[in-house]
Amino acid sequence: MLDNIQVERLEAEAVNSAKTRQPLYAARKKIFPKRASGSFRRFKWLVMAITLGIYYLTPWLRWDRGPFAPDQAVLIDLANRRFYFFFIEIWPQEFYYVAGLLVMAGIGLFLVTSTVGRAWCGYTCPQTVWVDLFLVVERAIEGDRNARMKLDAGPWAARKLVLRVSKHAIWLVIGAATGGAWIFYFADAPTLIREVFTGTAAPIAYITIAVLTATTYTFGGLMREQVCTYMCPWPRIQAAMLDENSLTVTYNDWRGEPRSRHAKKVLAAGQPVGDCVDCNACVAVCPMGIDIRDGQQLECITCALCIDACDGVMDKLGKERGLISYATLSDYNANMAVATAGGSCSVNPSLVRTDGGVFSDRLAHFHLRKIFRPRTFVYMGAWSAIGLALLYSLLTRDRLDVSVLHDRNPQFVTLSDGSIRNGYTVKLLNMIPEPRTIVVTMQGLQRAEMNVVGIDLPADRSFAIAVEPDRLKMLKIFVRQPAEQLKGQAQTFKFRVEDKASFEVDEYTATFNAPEILR
Amino acid sequence: MSNEHIDEVSGISTTGHEWDGIRELNNPLPRWWITTFYITILWAIGYTIAYPAWPMLSSATKGVIGYSSRNDVKNELAAAEIAKGKYVAAVQSKTVVEIAADDALREFAGAAGGAAFKVNCVQCHGSGAQGSSGFPNLNDDDWLWGGSAEQIQQTITHGIRFSSDPDTRQSEMPAFRDIITADQIRKVSAYVASLSGPVQDESLVEPGAKVFAENCVACHGENAKGNKEFGAPDLTDAIWLYGSGEASIAAQVRAPRQGVMPAWGGRLGDTKVKELAVYIHSLGGGE
Repeated sequence: MLDNIQVERLEAEAVNSAKTRQPLYAARKKIFPKRASGSFRRFKWLVMAITLGIYYLTPWLRWDRGPFAPDQAVLIDLANRRFYFFFIEIWPQEFYYVAGLLVMAGIGLFLVTSTVGRAWCGYTCPQTVWVDLFLVVERAIEGDRNARMKLDAGPWAARKLVLRVSKHAIWLVIGAATGGAWIFYFADAPTLIREVFTGTAAPIAYITIAVLTATTYTFGGLMREQVCTYMCPWPRIQAAMLDENSLTVTYNDWRGEPRSRHAKKVLAAGQPVGDCVDCNACVAVCPMGIDIRDGQQLECITCALCIDACDGVMDKLGKERGLISYATLSDYNANMAVATAGGSCSVNPSLVRTDGGVFSDRLAHFHLRKIFRPRTFVYMGAWSAIGLALLYSLLTRDRLDVSVLHDRNPQFVTLSDGSIRNGYTVKLLNMIPEPRTIVVTMQGLQRAEMNVVGIDLPADRSFAIAVEPDRLKMLKIFVRQPAEQLKGQAQTFKFRVEDKASFEVDEYTATFNAPEILR
Repeated sequence: MSNEHIDEVSGISTTGHEWDGIRELNNPLPRWWITTFYITILWAIGYTIAYPAWPMLSSATKGVIGYSSRNDVKNELAAAEIAKGKYVAAVQSKTVVEIAADDALREFAGAAGGAAFKVNCVQCHGSGAQGSSGFPNLNDDDWLWGGSAEQIQQTITHGIRFSSDPDTRQSEMPAFRDIITADQIRKVSAYVASLSGPVQDESLVEPGAKVFAENCVACHGENAKGNKEFGAPDLTDAIWLYGSGEASIAAQVRAPRQGVMPAWGGRLGDTKVKELAVYIHSLGGGE
């Protein structure tokens, strides 16, 4: 009976059926980078020592500027709006030097990336350097890769608790030191450090330390490679910066494939086998947790630790180094063409070697001259042009400056004897940290005289005035011209300021206004 | 999701949307990202509880920490009052001459006086204190009632011809059309005009001088230099309150206009008046 009833079968499935349900988020896959050793690792230690040294020690360098300026070599004095860098002092209106340096840094990044790939990411980026530092701490306390993996998988016993607490405590101390070093760039370091420890520093100092401690600890200790992969824009931009002649960390599968862990067995079976023994050393040392053998990828910061790891293995196996190496795409493609006989077969390692087992001379090798190509010349040219322009402007800049504002309301005043008076706000800038006597002279407007508000000087065409070190002196000057001397509604003349001791001179061309109809 | 589509290359399911053959992978978000997202939601809820946020019928919720931007302004204004307190105290205790002699005080009082001038004085004297016909220019060096800082202070405090202030500056030039003839007015106008410039009919100057000596010297002085005691203007200079030239002078002799300035002492207080006096004195014409 039931067999006869036809029920239509519908194509439907619950939206949350286990078959199609997707997790809303993906947990981070833990990475336990193994310690690498080799020339790139040594180079990275060196870069780390230099960059961290510069960061932590710079505020403590002293530079004598005399009694009227701070003696800290590098100081961003926000309260007084001055920036000191060794022998250079920058006023706020000279901020274009900093803008110029930032442009140079940008073009420099293009230049470096177009030649040696993401060297910035791999060696000098603060994120990389601090993660490296945090990994040093992690390895010192918890051991290398295997010990850390075991500890992580193990239960929360007393030992694990002690190790973890001490690791995070040291990370926090590094974070606090990083934040602590930052604030010394903004105030006199020896004074500030005393204030910080006696609790008398400004609240903003403690807030800055707290924020930078939190970010250093979070980014360097907890988030690490996720900052590069998810948060940083540079991995996205780099694709436009690289070209076929840029050096990138490359797995040379033209000699590595087909990889095998049992090379002898495979060879005995008469099949081709490449140099890669699939030991995964390159993956184990990678701070990003990726496999370089999958090719160039967004996550790769080109720290070259996989090169060190692989070279070590190749040395053990008695093979040539460079299975993973810095190579350009064009060299790689040329070598792939050799290994695949122009793409007609899969990689055959016998094609890249001669019968004697050494590399064929048909293989392409990187040559230094590939760095010199039109693109890098353009970057280099723009970079040096801006650098030279900044340098020229720095060496020839004025340290004595005058600027003048003409009174606009009223533009002129008729005095009782019929003469015409104009008012000017004159700003004298003494941009060196020494007191100076500046002589202000009027040039042009014969028989006109000036006097200065608040300064008891007889009306004259010239006067001397003391200007405090590293300060602006604002003067209200009235210029008075007899009626019979007036020539037209607007006459120009010059305010000339001069330091008689250093012979520095600056001039400002001002206008003298008079009424249209003179009585 | 029976029509679920798995991307062949990556093995990851897609969102099911397709644009010109391009499908979007449905990769899950990283956990830290989604955690941060939830934290921002919690933060937003906490924020709207802590700070004024939710609109109600007539106002909004006040927030449990009692923040208000008006209080912020009040505190900032109070802090500014305290910061300028020592200057205000100095202005209160010192005379205008002492204030004008001190660089820092002159700058402070000048700025405060400038602000008060913009509010109270520009209606008649103009925004640059340049005046206009009937309203004196305060930038120049010609003063009806005296241009020292103290005299300016006195004028501002008590006003000019301001009947409700007993100490106001008082004077009144009579209407000479009731006293002398039209011919005499013509002559004396020519004489006065000749003191500061050329006149059309030189023959009127001589008889005009005689009319002047008989009628005007009491206030304007024998040499027509005026008298600041009575606010009598100097008739020999280039500055004319009611216009220069014989016709304007004749009009003023016939039926003089007399300017009135209110007394500001009671309204602005002694300190503000001092600041105004210092400001006006610094405009360039101060004596």
